[in-house]
Amino acid sequence: MKLKMFLAASALAAVMASPALAQQISVKAGVLNDRSGLYADLSGEGSVIAARMAVEDFKAADKGIKVEIVSADHQNKPDVGSTIARQWYDQDGVDLILDVPTSSVALAVSQITKEKNKVHINSGAATSDLTGKACNANTIHWTYDTYALAQGTGGAMVKAGGDTWFFLTADYAFGHALERDTAAVVTKAGGKVLGAVRTPFPGTDFSSFLLQAQASKAKVIGLANAGGDTINSIKQAGEFGIVAGGQKLAGLLVFLTDVHSLGLQAAQGLVLTESFYWDTNEGTRAWSDRFSKLNGGKRPTMVQAGVYSGMLHYLKAVEAAKSKDAAAVVAKMKELPTDDPLFGKGSVRADGRKMHDMYLFEVKKPSESKGPWDYYKQVAVLPADQAFRPLSESECPLVKK
Amino acid sequence: MFELLGVPPQALFGQVLLGLINGSFYAILSLGLAVIFGLLNIINFTHGAQYMMGAFVAWMCLNYLGLNYWAALLLAPIIVGATGIAVERLLLKRIAHLDHLYGLLLTFGLALIIQGLFRNQYGSSGLPYAIPPQLAGGKNLGFMFLPNYRAWVIVASLVVCLSTWFLIEKTRLGAYLRAATENPTLTQAFGINVPLLVTLTYGFGVALAAFAGVLAAPIYSVNPNMGGDLIIVVFAVVVIGGMGSIMGAIVTGFSLGLVEGLTKVFYPEGAATVIFVIMVLVLLVKPAGLFGRPA
Repeated sequence: MKLKMFLAASALAAVMASPALAQQISVKAGVLNDRSGLYADLSGEGSVIAARMAVEDFKAADKGIKVEIVSADHQNKPDVGSTIARQWYDQDGVDLILDVPTSSVALAVSQITKEKNKVHINSGAATSDLTGKACNANTIHWTYDTYALAQGTGGAMVKAGGDTWFFLTADYAFGHALERDTAAVVTKAGGKVLGAVRTPFPGTDFSSFLLQAQASKAKVIGLANAGGDTINSIKQAGEFGIVAGGQKLAGLLVFLTDVHSLGLQAAQGLVLTESFYWDTNEGTRAWSDRFSKLNGGKRPTMVQAGVYSGMLHYLKAVEAAKSKDAAAVVAKMKELPTDDPLFGKGSVRADGRKMHDMYLFEVKKPSESKGPWDYYKQVAVLPADQAFRPLSESECPLVKK
Repeated sequence: MFELLGVPPQALFGQVLLGLINGSFYAILSLGLAVIFGLLNIINFTHGAQYMMGAFVAWMCLNYLGLNYWAALLLAPIIVGATGIAVERLLLKRIAHLDHLYGLLLTFGLALIIQGLFRNQYGSSGLPYAIPPQLAGGKNLGFMFLPNYRAWVIVASLVVCLSTWFLIEKTRLGAYLRAATENPTLTQAFGINVPLLVTLTYGFGVALAAFAGVLAAPIYSVNPNMGGDLIIVVFAVVVIGGMGSIMGAIVTGFSLGLVEGLTKVFYPEGAATVIFVIMVLVLLVKPAGLFGRPA
């Protein structure tokens, strides 16, 4: 009899305890980026490492959140990216997709995320349309965008007297957005855009386009491209004596890995805008040391840092919302302030824009650099509210005016 | 001011010259492919990877051995050519009697493996390689600024292409090669070592690719994907010129470079596709290619 009572009591206790057990939330995050092409070094496996570090630093397991991370290669093709995103959401139970460089792929993945009501935290893509006319309640754009790049590099070049521009534009969503946003900054500051040429993506030989830019006699040649395209354009501009001839190059999107690949000899003096550089303060240095040990000695790019920061904030929101429901988590992400050693304090705006300062850097001369990865000196800080598009100009339907 | 189709003639000269320079890469690469296809009947999809290896060997020579550009220009084709010989002896030889398709698949797979290995080791964003100091700077030709290095590229590739043509079409060795292409069994019966000839030809074709790779290293980014991006265009060049035709490969290489260069001026968005449009048109009219003989 006593035994029966005991069994019944323990059964009851088990039933009572089970709601507590159900509190265990398991989250599956997919890092979707370029793992084999021209953006593989600036995102790729490094972004996966960054996401794992975020899970580790958050101590997710101790807080009852079980996190699994998967990854895939979208090959910079919107169709490939869409297929993977659908499969992850429909069949593999993925809750959020991180990173996604290449604007055309990012726009597609963002749309699918909205359809499936999941979460997309974009770090790698540039187009400001992600929080502009293509914004949605499921997408957060983390690290940078074409608007901020244009404000940073474009604004600085015009201020320094570069008031006539010619663009070399990568012929897809990203290049078009970057050209549009930069041209707006240039004309607003009283400058003039003399012309633009749309270059097939990805390209190898830019000499023909550079010659057209040279013939335009514009003071500044704006490179609205990225990765290998930028590297080749800068290399070949040097060869054709463009900089020596008095025209200035504006690398509108240059990553740390691009500078590493160009070498300081070719890249010195280049002005560029980024939201993260490993050698900024104690916090970034400590994190970057840990990162580079896991990533074969390579220092993190801002894209990889953004994946870390985005993942961390997502986990904080899941913990606060006690749920992984997309609407609840995104609402929490927008409500809670962001804070991490890499980007400092910030916030996520109603349109999904993550707000933090941007930095204007200049690439060091070979004589100023202490060795590999010591490449930037800081020229200026752009406060978040000046760097990113103000809500009053937003085309995003989520923003009530 | 006098203008031609909305472009000043000076600018047009410049673009024509640039087109020819890019055409020289197409010419050397498609020449190598044509030589290999002509004799081995193998569609060498590893060609792009071998071009990339040429550029990487140049980089390694400089950074590990301290050897300059000129040494690399000589060494890289020999080293990469030697790996080509190994590939021919160990792999291609075993499938020589099978259909084209097997060779194509094997070389394609090999290209993916080689690219993957280099990407694993060196990353995807590329490595810096400077223009040799003797060829730095350039001349102002009045209508354009011509970098000395580009002038060197066009000269070097013309010399290499024409000597290859001369070697194959006008010398005794070339006659053996052509005989072995026509009828290997009969040629062997005359006491000529056909298998050796085949191996050396493959090695030579690969060396040409590596030579183009070293030429490209200072002006394009040295990265594992550099060959993969180029090889598809080069295949189109070979198809337009006519599979296996030596002169066809050279002439088509230069002229398509020119066409592509002009497209970059008049309709830049179409520059990546114009060669394939031409390929379709040529195949419709002359299925064997411009210089090919119908099989």
